[in-house]
Amino acid sequence: MTVRAPLIEVNNLRVRLNTSRGPADAVRGVSFALARGETLGLIGESGCGKSVTALALMGLLPESAVISGSIRLEGQELVGLAEADYCRLRGNRVSMIFQEPMTALNPMHTVGRQVAEPLRRHRGFSRAQATREAIALLDRVGLPDAAKRADAYPHQFSGGQRQRITIAMALACEPDVLIADEPTTALDVTIQGQILDLIADLVAERGMAMILISHDLGVIAENVQRMMVMYGGTVVESGTIEALLSGLGHPYSQGLFRARPRLGAPKGTRLRTIPGTVPELADLPSGCAFADRCDIAEARCRAVFPPPVMVNAGHAVRCLRTDVSMARRVGAVTA
Amino acid sequence: MSGLRPVAVLPPGVVPPDAAGSSQPRRPGGFWRRALRHRSFVAGGVLTLLMISAALLSLVWTPWPAYEIDMTHKLNPPSSLHWLGTDALGRDIVSLLLVGARSSIAVGVIAVGIGLSFGTSLGLIAAARRGWIEEVIMRLSDFTFAFPALLSAIMLTAVAGPGMVTSIAAIGIFQIPVFVRITRASANAIWAREFVLAARASGKGKFRITLEHVLPNILSILIVQATIQFALAILAEAALSYLGLGTQPPQPSWGRMLNDAQSLLFQSPLLAVYPGIAIATAVLGLNLLGDGLRDLFDPRLSRQR
Repeated sequence: MTVRAPLIEVNNLRVRLNTSRGPADAVRGVSFALARGETLGLIGESGCGKSVTALALMGLLPESAVISGSIRLEGQELVGLAEADYCRLRGNRVSMIFQEPMTALNPMHTVGRQVAEPLRRHRGFSRAQATREAIALLDRVGLPDAAKRADAYPHQFSGGQRQRITIAMALACEPDVLIADEPTTALDVTIQGQILDLIADLVAERGMAMILISHDLGVIAENVQRMMVMYGGTVVESGTIEALLSGLGHPYSQGLFRARPRLGAPKGTRLRTIPGTVPELADLPSGCAFADRCDIAEARCRAVFPPPVMVNAGHAVRCLRTDVSMARRVGAVTA
Repeated sequence: MSGLRPVAVLPPGVVPPDAAGSSQPRRPGGFWRRALRHRSFVAGGVLTLLMISAALLSLVWTPWPAYEIDMTHKLNPPSSLHWLGTDALGRDIVSLLLVGARSSIAVGVIAVGIGLSFGTSLGLIAAARRGWIEEVIMRLSDFTFAFPALLSAIMLTAVAGPGMVTSIAAIGIFQIPVFVRITRASANAIWAREFVLAARASGKGKFRITLEHVLPNILSILIVQATIQFALAILAEAALSYLGLGTQPPQPSWGRMLNDAQSLLFQSPLLAVYPGIAIATAVLGLNLLGDGLRDLFDPRLSRQR
């Protein structure tokens, strides 16, 4: 990997949310750095803290959330940044694509207007200029007949088309960092690939850094250079895709890998599941959060919060028993 | 006096968070085509237009001068001269009804205007700011809501003296909490939607989101509520005038006409019937109109008719 000055640098990010069940540590010490053109995948099941991490980067967490650690965008500290300053960054230097294209657009405004708006606000474009640019963007994201359809309302588009529109919206001001929070979860599988290819093209074309969030190992593996597996608010495994796919180190990642559906499996084959449920973020154990569901957990796993262990170059695993887990060679593409 | 108690009528479509926004924008032509097929909208619209045109007509023409007292022709039965007869002071009933519509509409429009502007702003602020600001606004509006409206109106007239302005203020103040509640409830539902998050992610501040995303999406709910509150304001004005706390003589008003007719109920019962019918028609018309608008703004309901 080339060494470049990081564009966005997250250091020991912690988020405590005030829920009805008391304070919950949704993110516990997440760190990473991304340079221009680099892509990072965040993977984990619902409630593991991946979306909260994304919202923290966007500064969109509720005001009651307590955020500590540091998020730097080209050296500028974003934690504790005033709302007005954050508004100037959002949609301009940091953008986000959301999971639900069906609800991410305002039903009352034309799509052209919604794509043009960030341009008018952040770039000071005139209405005509912004409209022209919006049509060009809609055309770029592959909306057929963009010039004519810019005047249409969101409900007149299909899910895939709407997701293209939200991508156009997010990319309008050519942001430096793009966060895509499960951009294809709500779409048909046939559309999924097209949308992901589109995002990948645009990321490469504009030299953005991208954080792709998903719970689909396949989506992550095919679309990013590095990935982080999150569980219980912490990063349990991180590294380059190549390193991870030559052998997953954390029992949780291994479980995720085993749980994926496979083509060609005999009819009636049940998907492998991970026993147990995700721990409540409001009362996480003091040791490894996965210990209760782990098949190789020992007493010390419940006592100590495991530090990350470098199992290979650029491959860290937060597990005390990497010797056993790595030996299983789960997730190796050859396996 | 139940008409004085402002009732928050939540149109269907407020409770589920996705319903408010499912009112898709329509082409104006489509809206009117559907509107003209909607029976209660048409009936309500006709009755409301009738009241408005009566008020407008009275500005330029009445069969007789509404303020002219003619004791020689008092308590006349309906005739070709006085179509609905005359009252105890010999004033022409038709003229009084026409001019009375003016008071009702003036009070209704201004009072609902007060309630709509203050109530909606406060509700939008509460939904946008949350936290203690929301808490203060909501508790204050609960406080106002909990007061018996009629008592406060009497209190207000005791302080400021009876009259049209006082009754407008009293009715207007009691419209505010209704609009605060309905605005906050529906605005909260909009704030929870993903397109608001997307708008924030594209760098919009709370003020612009409120104006560009929240308000347009709850406008239909507010319009429906305003129509219904208009009807309630007319009833309230009539009630206050009937008690002598509203419009003052010689200014005619439907409520005052009822009051005047009360002492002559046995000699000429029709005197009470005319303003009664006028009030009932106006309120019925506005309610039908509100119902119709609610159906027309809600795509799921309109399909069933």
